[in-house]
Amino acid sequence: MELLVNGSKRSSKASPETSLLSVLRDEFDLTGTKYGCGEGQCGACTVLLDGKAVRSCRTPINTLQGKSITTIEGLEVKGKLHPVQEAYLKVDVFQCGYCASGMVMSTVALLNQNPKPTESQIIDFMNGNICRCGTYPRIVTAIKEAASKA
Amino acid sequence: MKPQESVTAFVTHETEEPIATTGSIISRRKFFKWLGSGLAVAFVWQDTTVLASPENATSVNKKNPTDQIGAWLHIAEDNTITVFTGKVEVGQNIRTSLAQVVAEELMVPVAAIQMVMGDTDQVPYDAGTFGSRSTPAMGSQLRKAAIAAREAILEMASQEHKINKNNLKLADGKILLPTGNKKLSYGEIVKGKQLVQIIPDNAAATPVNQWKISGTSVPKVNGRDFINGRHKYVSDMKLLGMLYGKILRPPAFGASLKAVDLTGAKNIKGVTVVHEGDFVGVAAPDLPTANQAIAAIKAQWKTSAQPARAEIFTYLKEKASGVQTGGRNGGGAKGDLKQGLAAADKTLQNTYTVDYIAHVPMEPRAALAQWENGKLTVWTGTQRPFGVQNDLAEAFKIPEEQVRVIMPDTGSAYGGKHTGEAALEAAKLAKVAQKPVKLTWTRAEEFTWAYFRPAGVIEVNAGVKNDGTITAWDFHNYNSGGAGIRMPYEVANQQIAYHPSDSPLNQGSYRGLASVANIFALEAQMNDLAQLANLDPLAFRLQNLQEPRLRAVFQKAAEAFGWGKNKPPKDHGYGIAGGTEKGGYTATCAEVAVDRNSGEVKVIRTTTAFECGAIINPEHLDNQILGAIVQGLGGALFEAIDFQDGKILNPTLAQYRVPRFKDTPIIQIIQVNRPDLPSAGAGEAPIVAIAPAIRNAIVDATGVKLKTLPLVPQGLAAHLKKASIQNK
Repeated sequence: MELLVNGSKRSSKASPETSLLSVLRDEFDLTGTKYGCGEGQCGACTVLLDGKAVRSCRTPINTLQGKSITTIEGLEVKGKLHPVQEAYLKVDVFQCGYCASGMVMSTVALLNQNPKPTESQIIDFMNGNICRCGTYPRIVTAIKEAASKA
Repeated sequence: MKPQESVTAFVTHETEEPIATTGSIISRRKFFKWLGSGLAVAFVWQDTTVLASPENATSVNKKNPTDQIGAWLHIAEDNTITVFTGKVEVGQNIRTSLAQVVAEELMVPVAAIQMVMGDTDQVPYDAGTFGSRSTPAMGSQLRKAAIAAREAILEMASQEHKINKNNLKLADGKILLPTGNKKLSYGEIVKGKQLVQIIPDNAAATPVNQWKISGTSVPKVNGRDFINGRHKYVSDMKLLGMLYGKILRPPAFGASLKAVDLTGAKNIKGVTVVHEGDFVGVAAPDLPTANQAIAAIKAQWKTSAQPARAEIFTYLKEKASGVQTGGRNGGGAKGDLKQGLAAADKTLQNTYTVDYIAHVPMEPRAALAQWENGKLTVWTGTQRPFGVQNDLAEAFKIPEEQVRVIMPDTGSAYGGKHTGEAALEAAKLAKVAQKPVKLTWTRAEEFTWAYFRPAGVIEVNAGVKNDGTITAWDFHNYNSGGAGIRMPYEVANQQIAYHPSDSPLNQGSYRGLASVANIFALEAQMNDLAQLANLDPLAFRLQNLQEPRLRAVFQKAAEAFGWGKNKPPKDHGYGIAGGTEKGGYTATCAEVAVDRNSGEVKVIRTTTAFECGAIINPEHLDNQILGAIVQGLGGALFEAIDFQDGKILNPTLAQYRVPRFKDTPIIQIIQVNRPDLPSAGAGEAPIVAIAPAIRNAIVDATGVKLKTLPLVPQGLAAHLKKASIQNK
C-alpha cells in the first residue's frame, strides 16, 4: 500500500496489519524512529500523523491511507534543523540519545497544538515518553526554550 | 607546562621494534600502512605498576607483558588526530570528555579529534567500561599520550628549523615560529615521517589550574546525529543480504529441551533453522517471517520448581555460604563487638531487604554478526568488547584475532551490558545461514534474559550512647554484594561482612553495584540511631564522621537544602543521607509529601551535593548526577522484578514501572569542584544516597520506618493503617 512519509509517496509491500514502526525501519530504512517496548509505553517510536503524535509500534499501516506521516528524518530541511531540534541541541539534553527522536517528535506535536505550554502541560503531555538516562528536567528546559522561539 | 625532564624522556626516535597492539604484535610498516604516515604515541603500562596494583593486573589479565598499551593517538599528515581507546560510549558522554582531554593538551578544538572506541581490531585491549574507571584511568592515559605527542612535535619542529624549542609557541593546532609570522600545522611537521613514541606511565599532566578545555561544558561531540535520527545504533544497522534472527525462548529459567519438531519452521521459504542442544533459533529475510518460523516450532521443555519473589529473602539467607571481608568488599572486624553493644545506651537491630531490579536500557540488546572467510565480525552494544571477543572465540573455538567486536555508541547500559548474549546468538545464526544476521531483543526478552541487580538481605545491629557515640556496628549483607559496605562513620567496635548466596535469577552489575543496597541500610540505620539518641540526623552524622570529603558534601547539601532552617509543612518530611563509592562523595536531602488518605508518597524536591575531584565537563557531570538521581528514584520507590518458577511475571513497561516526567521532583545539584584532586568517575556514586534520603524523609513525615527497597510500590496506605492501629 501507499504511504505518505515526510512528504513523499512510499510504497510498502508489508501486510496491512504490519506496524508502521517496522515498515519505517525495516522497509524504508528510516531508522531514526526507535523500538523501545512494542506496547506504546515508552514513546521511542513516536511519529507525527497529520501533525499529531502517535506510537508507530501500535499503528498498523492499514489505518494510514491518505494521512501524512512525519518522522524525525523529515524535520531537518536541507541541513537546517527544526527549531525544536535546535533547542534540544542548545540545551545539550541527552546522554545515550536513544529516546531522542521520540522526545523531539512528541515536543513538535505538543507545540503544534499548544505553542506556549506551561510546565505542568509539558509534563502531562510528555509523560508517555521514557528517558531511562533521566534527562527529564533538561528536556523540559529544551521544550521551554523551543516554545520561547516559536 | 609539564616539567622538562619528562619531556626529554620522550624525544622521538625512529624505532624498528615491533609495536604491541591488541593482543598481537604488528610491525611498524603495517601500523603506518593502516594509519597513514605521521606520529603515533602509545601509552604503555609500566611493568612495575602492573605488578604492584591489583586493579591494573586484572586489566592485563591473560595478556603477555609486551601487550600493555592502554591507549594511543595518531597525528596524520592531513592533521587528523585520531585517538584509539577500548572504552565505549553508553550515554555517559565519555566520547566527549576524553576528546576534551586530548584537545586540551594538543591545543586544538575538540572537533579536530576523532575518537575510535570499542573496536577490538583497532583499539588496545581494555577490560571494559565499568566501575567509573574511564575518567580516572583512561582520561589520564590519554592526557599523557597527548602531552608526549605535543612535545615530540615541538622537538621535531625545533630540530627541523634549528630553533630552540623554548622559542616555539603552540596555538590552535599550529606551531608559531619566532621568525616572521610563519605557522606550521602538525601535519606539516609529521609529513613523510613514520614515528612511534612509546611513553611510560610517569609522564606529568597539565595542572588543573592551567586547563582551558577540560573543565568546560563542551557539548556532546556528535550530538546533532542523535537529535536528527542519523546515529546508527546496532539495532539500526543493516548489511547487504542481511537476515533477521529470532530465538526460541524457553518457558522458564533453567529449562531444558526435551523434544523439538522444527519441520514447520524449515518449511517456510528462506528460513534457516539452527538447533544446538537447548539453543533453537531462526534467521529469515524479514522479521515477520522469523516470528512466523519461531511460532511454527513445536517444542517440549523440562522445567523445575524455583523460588518465587514471595520467599526470596528467606531463600537467599538460607543459601548464603561463606564470608567475604576486606579488600574490595571493605568491612572486616575491629574492636570487640560484644563490648561495644554492652557499652551502648540503646541498641537497634533491623533487617533490610532489596528486590531484584532491571536496568531497562532503552535500547534492548542487539547484535549484527557477519562471517567472512572464517573471521567473525559482530557489532553489538556491550560494555566489554574484548570480553565478548573472548567469549565468542571460545564458543566457536577460533583464535581471538579471528573475532572482531565493534561497539557503536549504544542506547545505554547502566552496568547491564557487560555481556554479549545477543552477539553469540546472532553469530550462531549467521554461521549456519552463511549470511549476516541481525538480532534485536524484544523488551520482554531484555526483561527476562539479561541479568538483574541482585536482591539482598541486610542485617544490622548497632549500639549508640546517649551522647551520640556509636559504640557497635554489626553489618551483614546476604547476596547483593560488598560494594559500599564499609562503615564511613567512626565506630570502635565493628564487624562487617558480605555473604555470597545462591541467586535463583541471573544477577550482575548495576550502577553503583551493591552500594545502593548497603548505603540504603546503613543510612536508614543512621537515621534511626540519631532518633534514639535524640539528635538531629545531620548533626549525629557529622559528630561521627571524620572523612573530610564526605563531611563537605553533607554540609553543602544541607546548606543548599535549608536543613534545620524550618519545620516541614504538614504531612511533609525531610530526610538526609550520604555516602562514598568509586571515588565520588555524595549527600542528598529530600522532601516528601504523604497523602494520608491515598497513601501516595510524592518526592517534592531533592538537593544533592557531589564531589569527584577536578571536574572535566560541568554540564555533562550535571547530567550524570541527574541521571543517577532519577534512576535511583525508581529503585527507591517502586521498581521490583516479580517472578515465580523461573518466569518473570512483569516483563513489560506497563507492568514494570520506571520513573517518568511526573515522578521527577525538583532536583537541585551542587557540584563541589576539587581542582586539587584527581578526577574520578561520576556515573555511579550519585545514585547511592537518594533511596535512604527519601526513606528518612518518610520517617520524618509519618514515623513509618520502611526497611525495604522499593519503599512504596503500593504506596504507604497499608503502613499508615498499621501504624495507626499500633498507636491506639
